[in-house]
Amino acid sequence: MSDSQAKNNELVRVDNVEKIFHRGSEEIHVLSKLSLLVPTGEFLALMGPSGSGKSTLLNLIGGLDRPTNGTVTVAGDRIDQLSDRQLAAWRARHIGFVFQLYNLMPVLTAERNVELPLLLTTLTKAQRQKHVATALAMVGLSHRAKHYPRTMSGGEQQRVGIARGIVTDPTLLLCDEPTGDLDRKAGDEILNLLQALNREHGKTIIMVTHDPHASARAARTVHLTKGQLTREAVA
Amino acid sequence: MNAMLNWLAQIASITKFGLMSIPQRRGAVFATVIGIAGVVAVLVGVLSIGAGFRRAMTNSGSADAAIVLRSGSDSEMVSGFGRAETRLIADAPGVARNKDGPLASAELFVIINLAKRSTGTDANVPLRGVEGAAVSVRENLQVAEGRMFAWGKNEVIVGRGASREFAGLEVGSTVKVGREAWPVVGVFTANGGVAESEIWTDAKVLQAAYKRGDSFQSVYARLNSAAAFTEFKDALTSNPQLNVKVLRQSEHYAAQSETLTRLISTLGFIIAFLMAIGAVFGALNTMYSAVAARTREIATLRALGFGSGAVVIALMIESLVLALLGGAVGAGLAYAAFNNYRAATMNWQSFSQVTFAFAVTPHLLVQGVVWATLIGLIGGLLPAIRAARQPIAAALREL
Ligand SMILES: Nc1ncnc2c1ncn2[C@@H]1O[C@H](COP(=O)(O)OP(=O)(O)O)[C@@H](O)[C@H]1O
Ligand SMILES: [Mg+2]
Repeated sequence: MSDSQAKNNELVRVDNVEKIFHRGSEEIHVLSKLSLLVPTGEFLALMGPSGSGKSTLLNLIGGLDRPTNGTVTVAGDRIDQLSDRQLAAWRARHIGFVFQLYNLMPVLTAERNVELPLLLTTLTKAQRQKHVATALAMVGLSHRAKHYPRTMSGGEQQRVGIARGIVTDPTLLLCDEPTGDLDRKAGDEILNLLQALNREHGKTIIMVTHDPHASARAARTVHLTKGQLTREAVA
Repeated sequence: MNAMLNWLAQIASITKFGLMSIPQRRGAVFATVIGIAGVVAVLVGVLSIGAGFRRAMTNSGSADAAIVLRSGSDSEMVSGFGRAETRLIADAPGVARNKDGPLASAELFVIINLAKRSTGTDANVPLRGVEGAAVSVRENLQVAEGRMFAWGKNEVIVGRGASREFAGLEVGSTVKVGREAWPVVGVFTANGGVAESEIWTDAKVLQAAYKRGDSFQSVYARLNSAAAFTEFKDALTSNPQLNVKVLRQSEHYAAQSETLTRLISTLGFIIAFLMAIGAVFGALNTMYSAVAARTREIATLRALGFGSGAVVIALMIESLVLALLGGAVGAGLAYAAFNNYRAATMNWQSFSQVTFAFAVTPHLLVQGVVWATLIGLIGGLLPAIRAARQPIAAALREL
C-alpha cells in the first residue's frame, strides 16, 4: 500500500482516463478524461445506457485492459503500467470477477469451478478445499458442491460465480451486470448476497448495471454517459 | 516448488477442459485423427516395403560367407568362370572344409519364364545350378517339403517364395526347362532370404541342358570365420591366374537391395509428406475451431489470472493427444494390414523376381509416431498462440 492510499482510504483511483478503440480506420472514443475515486469498503454501482462504456471502465479497473491515456491506480499499484504477465498475476491476487453470464466451466462441478482461482495460489489441496467450502457456504450452496452448472438455475449459477469471485478473498470484487440475465427474484437474491458481502465482510464492490432497482442496493451510484461520469447519487 | 505445481495444475485444468469438450466437437476431431492416422499408415506401409525387401536381402547372406564374381561384373548375370578357376577359388586359404572337401559351390543360373499366380502373366524366375556344398554355404537352408534333388538327375527343388508366387511349383508338378519338363521334388526355405525366390538344380545338369560346357558364373564359399575374409580375398586378388571380385555375401545382398529400398523410401516420404501437409491443415482447422468454441472460456480463465503460457501449452497438449491417437491408430492399421504381407518384385540387379514380406519394424512404428507428433505440434501451435494473444476484454464480449 502506498502512503496516499493509506491516508485517504482510497482503493481505486482512475485519473483522466481516455479509452479509444479502433475498428478498422474508425476511432471509437469510449471514455474521455474520466476520473473516479473508490474508497475501501464501498459498494459502488456504475450505471449508464448500453454502450456507454461501463464494461470498458470496469475492465480498466480490473486490469483486463489498459487506458489509452491517463492512469489507473488500484491498491497502490499503477496497473496501467503493468505488462500482460504482471497483470495476470496482479488480477489473481487482487480481483474477483463476477460476469453477467456466470462464465462457469461446464465440465467442472460447482466446487471445482470455485477452486479455479485458487490454482493460481500456493495453497495446498487441503487448504484449497477449505476455502472452497467456506465460499460455497457464504453463497448458501454447500449442498450443491458436487453439481454441474447445467443442472443449476441461473441464480444458483451466479452464486457459484460469486463464490469463485470471493474465494481468494480479493481486494476488490468487480461485477458486470450480475443480475442482467436473471429474473427479479433471483436477481434480488444476488443483490442481497452482494450487499451482505459488503456490509458484513467489508468487501469493496463495484457493480455495473443498467437496472435502477439493482443500483438502489449500492451505497453510491455513478452514471456514465457519453464517456463521462455525469452525476452521482449517494443512497 | 509450489508455484511450479500450481502452474502445472493450471495447464492440467485447461487441458482437461479441452479434452472434455471433445465430444461436442467430435466430427472435426474424428476427421483430424483419421487424417493423421492415414498419413502414418501410408508412411509406415510404404516404408515397410523397403524394410521387408532389405530384410529379405540381408537375411540371405552372412559375414562369414563370400561370393566371388569375375572382376568388373556387378552381378552374377554378367560374370563367368571356367572349371579351372572355380577350383582355384575353392582351394584358396580361408575357405571352410568338411570331410567332403572345401565348402564352396560353383554355380550358374539361367532365367526361365513362369506365370505368376496372382496375375497369370509371365515373369522371370532364376533357375540356379549348384554344387554339393551349396546348402552349407547358405544361411539356414532347409528342405521343408519333399526331398533334395538327386545329383545328376533332371530334378529341381523350389524356394518357398517362388513356390508361393508362381503357378505350377508344387512338389509333384513339373517345370519346363528348354524343351523338357523337370519334376519338382522339394520345396526349401532359406530364412526368408533371396534363395527362396529361386529354383535349384544340379549345376552339371543345368550346364548340359543349356549347353554351357563346364562354365559357371559365381562361386559361393563359407569361410572359417568372418575374419578369414581378408585372407581369402587377398589370396584371390593377388593370384595372377585369377581376375576376380570378392564380396562378403552380406555386402553383396545389401548392395543389391540398395537401389530399390532407396527408391521405395523416397517414394514413401514424398507421399507421406504431401499427406502430412493435408493433415497439418486438418489439425489447424480442428484446433482453430476448438479455440473459437472456447474463446469465452479461455478469456474467463485468463481474466481470473491464468497465464497465457499455460493456455498455449494446454492447447498444444490437446493437439498432441489427438495427433498421437491418430498416430497410434495409423501405426496399428499399418501393422495389421502390411506386416508380413507377401509380395514379389523385380530385383533389377539380377533381372528376376525376389519374393519378400513387408516388414513393419518397431523403428518404422516409432517413425510414424514421430510424424504424428510433428503434425500435432505444427497444427496446434498457431491456434494456441492465437488463443493466448486474444485481448481478454474483447474475448469476454463474445457469446
Ligand atoms: N474491444 C473493443 N473493440 C472495439 N470496440 C469496443 C470494444 N469494447 C467495447 N467497444 C465499444 O465501446 C463501447 C462501449 O462498450 P461497453 O464498455 O461494453 O459498453 P457497456 O458495457 O456500457 O454496454 C461500445 O460502443 C462498444 O462497441
Ligand atoms: Mg457491458
